[in-house]
Amino acid sequence: MPDTVLLITLLVLPFAGSAVAALLPVNARNAEAWLAGAIALVALLVVCACFPSISAGTVLQARHDWLPQFGLEFRLRMDGFAWLFAFLVTGIGLLVVLYARYYMSPQDPVPRFFSFLLAFMGSMLGVVLSGSLIQLVFFWELTSLFSFLLIGYWHHNAGAREGARMALIITSAGGLCLLVGVLLIGRIVGTYDLDLVLAAGDVIHASPLYLPALILVVLGALTKSAQFPFHFWLPYAMAAPTPVSAYLHSAAMVKLGVFLLARLWPALSGTDAWIWIVGMAGLITFVYGAYVAIFQHDLKGLLAYSTISHLGLITILLGLNSPLAAVAAIFHMVNHATFKASLFMGAGIIDHETGTRDIRRLSGLVRFMPISATLSIVAAASMAGVPLLNGFLSKEMFFAEALDVAGPLPVVDRALPYIAIVAGMFSVAYSLRFIHGAFFGPDPQGLPRTPHEPPRWMRFPIELLVFACIAVGVFPAHTIGPFLDVAVRSVLGAATPEYSLAVWHGFNQPLAMSFFALAGGAVLYLLLQKRLARGIEAVPLMPGLDARSLFDRALVLISWRGARSLARVLGTSRLQPQLRWVVVIAIVAASWPVYRQGLDFAVLPAGSPDFALAMLWAVGMACALGAVWQAKFHRLAALILTGGAGLATCLTFVWFSAPDLALTQLLVEIVTTVLILLGLRWLPKRTPAQWTWAGLLRALPRRSLDLALAIGAGAGLATVAYAVMTRPPAHTISDYFVTRAYPEGGGTNVVNVILVDFRGFDTMGEITVLGVVAIAVYALLRRFRPARESVPAPAQQRAQEENAFRDDMMTPLFIMRLMFPVIVVLALYLLVRGHNLPGGGFVAGLTMAVALILQYMAGGVRWAEARLNLRPVRLIGIGLLSACATGAGAWFAAHPFLTSHSAHVTLPLLGELHVPSAFVFDIGVFVLVVGATALVLIALSHQSIRAHRLPPA
Amino acid sequence: MNEIIVALAIGVLTASGTWLLLRPRTFQVIIGLSLLSYAVNLFIVAMGRLKVDAAPIVVAGAVPDPAAFSDPLPQALVLTAIVIGFAMTALLLVVLLAARGLTGTDHVDGQKDEAR
Repeated sequence: MPDTVLLITLLVLPFAGSAVAALLPVNARNAEAWLAGAIALVALLVVCACFPSISAGTVLQARHDWLPQFGLEFRLRMDGFAWLFAFLVTGIGLLVVLYARYYMSPQDPVPRFFSFLLAFMGSMLGVVLSGSLIQLVFFWELTSLFSFLLIGYWHHNAGAREGARMALIITSAGGLCLLVGVLLIGRIVGTYDLDLVLAAGDVIHASPLYLPALILVVLGALTKSAQFPFHFWLPYAMAAPTPVSAYLHSAAMVKLGVFLLARLWPALSGTDAWIWIVGMAGLITFVYGAYVAIFQHDLKGLLAYSTISHLGLITILLGLNSPLAAVAAIFHMVNHATFKASLFMGAGIIDHETGTRDIRRLSGLVRFMPISATLSIVAAASMAGVPLLNGFLSKEMFFAEALDVAGPLPVVDRALPYIAIVAGMFSVAYSLRFIHGAFFGPDPQGLPRTPHEPPRWMRFPIELLVFACIAVGVFPAHTIGPFLDVAVRSVLGAATPEYSLAVWHGFNQPLAMSFFALAGGAVLYLLLQKRLARGIEAVPLMPGLDARSLFDRALVLISWRGARSLARVLGTSRLQPQLRWVVVIAIVAASWPVYRQGLDFAVLPAGSPDFALAMLWAVGMACALGAVWQAKFHRLAALILTGGAGLATCLTFVWFSAPDLALTQLLVEIVTTVLILLGLRWLPKRTPAQWTWAGLLRALPRRSLDLALAIGAGAGLATVAYAVMTRPPAHTISDYFVTRAYPEGGGTNVVNVILVDFRGFDTMGEITVLGVVAIAVYALLRRFRPARESVPAPAQQRAQEENAFRDDMMTPLFIMRLMFPVIVVLALYLLVRGHNLPGGGFVAGLTMAVALILQYMAGGVRWAEARLNLRPVRLIGIGLLSACATGAGAWFAAHPFLTSHSAHVTLPLLGELHVPSAFVFDIGVFVLVVGATALVLIALSHQSIRAHRLPPA
Repeated sequence: MNEIIVALAIGVLTASGTWLLLRPRTFQVIIGLSLLSYAVNLFIVAMGRLKVDAAPIVVAGAVPDPAAFSDPLPQALVLTAIVIGFAMTALLLVVLLAARGLTGTDHVDGQKDEAR
């Protein structure tokens, strides 16, 4: 149990701190620093508290079910290697927070900085402590995200935005590869549990999926650790504030790639493919990074390329398939983090106190800031591999490994020691450049600020780190020894080799190589003096192969040109081709299963066709075809004919025992017709154009295609409908609804019981849509601008008003007014009986709306509104709320939302009444339908009396 | 045998609706959608098979035999479909009117392309 508490605390604490930090005021620099420092310190103490059990060889675990049906659990796990990384992340994190307190200027929005920094720390701990691969990838991507936010912290600076974007694209693309790789591993092993995956190395090697999984995982690692050919994002990420560089680009994020390679070392390494991919990438990066670093003029740029090179060194060590090399790799991860973090902080101090990081402008700083200079010189010496410093130890281990490598290609094996010496010389040269360029030589001229020592506590983190470099360099076995030991054992397990952490191994080949590299590096630096002094930006002997411009070109190609040409080739802004595709796809989708499964027709049921039905549909089909024929030039005729087809449909519903449908269809038919009639006057007058043979010929292919599609769709749907109708019905859930309608729903009209009770939630959604549509219509019409020529009253209306035709309408008007109470009573009757007989909220609501609209038609808008105070929007609200309230009422009886309940009420005169709560729900439906329908119709009819401003000519 | 008539009706309504859907004038599209929704509603009801004199209204208290009634489920589906179809028609109509006001044409693309 304490394990769980420790691990959860470690993970949750930074994220909680991040949330708090984000809420502090902008100028609370000290409060932020105290908060972040305290969080980092507590996390560090928690990590330290874990050490006793870790050193005893136990693995701390915390697990929690996450998606048990997929075999996924949230799992935290800390072994020696994870402990070492957690220590680095929290320890260096603490120092960086302290440093950042002094580095960040009071004008910077610090809450954002510390909030992101803490969240980043949490994500790092999440990766390090993950016990499940999926979870690891999740936190891995979180680190990419927060590093993006941190690199782009000064977002007013174009370089920072650019660098952040590049880092995000490269590392998160790598993260996606990693995710796929991890899924493949999960498929091979059958689990994402890290312990089981690490134990299944043989299974993974034997799988045909091994190579793809390896490549994808390695892609993730190489992008994150800025390895060739993905190295170029790291120098651009130097636009970040220096504390971020010191943290992310020395100790934390870029180490994740090599962390992952080491973590999965037992599972993935040991094959030739591993040596080829990992070893080669590392080797190229190692040499290339060191070479390019010599010619950097920016201190941070130099350090960035040096970081790339050192990560390459670690990658080679991991790629050699040798346990001893893996030990060296883990050792170098720690050493590099120590000296590189202090060097970044040193560079930041120089930048902070002089105002520039350009080596060409800096010199002689040792006289202005002796203590800081000494610290940076020691750290740089460690980077160069000078004896008695920690960098020397791991580099010598590397030289020893380079001597007896046994790879698949003997030529490379033999060349490796020489390559190692050359790269070692490069790293000595750039370290010398850092030291000599910044700290020695004449006094600097024309610096933005006069350099001086930084504040006491800004220097403290560097002092501590440099002290660690020396302590480890002199007494390795007594300082880092036990910690390295647990880390190595947890990675290598039984394969842990014998290794020695002594400073002095006698005169041997590695030592000779070290001295060769030191001396050669010094000579190289002297030889390059003349060229470096000229201050040229380019790197000599490097062909114009610039990964960055390739990257930019690829981005433009994919995201801009590719998208544009795809849109040009496949896209259209014209509606007709789009609809044509919809129809084509619908036909194909419907035909596909028929094509695959075949379609067999059962025997036609006995009985002759009803003559009346046949006649009905003869008329109905004629109406439909007539509507097609008239829709272009005679809209009113088309509308009436459509109504005819609608009536035929409605009568068919009556015929085949669907009374509720027939009622609804009839009323919707009426309302729709009125609605479209109201809209007709705003459409342009259309007269048949003079047709020509040329026009006809031009339209012919398009029309033939459309005709074929229409006939195809019609014939297809008719065939399928016929095939289904001639088969005996299957048993569906309908049986359930029929048998339970009365006992459980309390109503005999099964359709209505389904709507308001069994599937009440669907109906709820549906009336919401109805309300939304009505309000959308209302909103659209509020700003309605009719076309210029339809603004004046139409000719018919003018004729009617001029002549005294109004009297001709007297009889219908009188009847319409007289009908109002009758229709209202009918509506209420339909509502009340709906649960047991055809009717219900929808039908009743539509009837009520018809009653209202009739009054508008009879008396005109002004007459009706003087007498009827209708608030349709309010009705919509009331309807929706009462439906919701009925649903929510079930909660009080501890039932789920919309569970219905029947109450028996005894009323005088009427006797005992059976009132299900679904009836109240139906009343809500009724009110909403009245409101929505009335709103749509009234909003449209108002347009005719509104004074329309003509649009500006 | 009534099945043939209903299937034919569905076919003709679908074909008419689809043809109009692909026409260039907004009013044609709205009429086409109406016809198409008749067809689809009939089709869905037909999926519950055709029964005469069997409205799904049970007798209170008795244990009903599901086979004696027409299928209530497609009917419930279609009832909501009719109402939503109405809402869709209303919205489409108003969008068309607004587009006509803004673009000055009733072509579906809002461009006066008389050739199409």
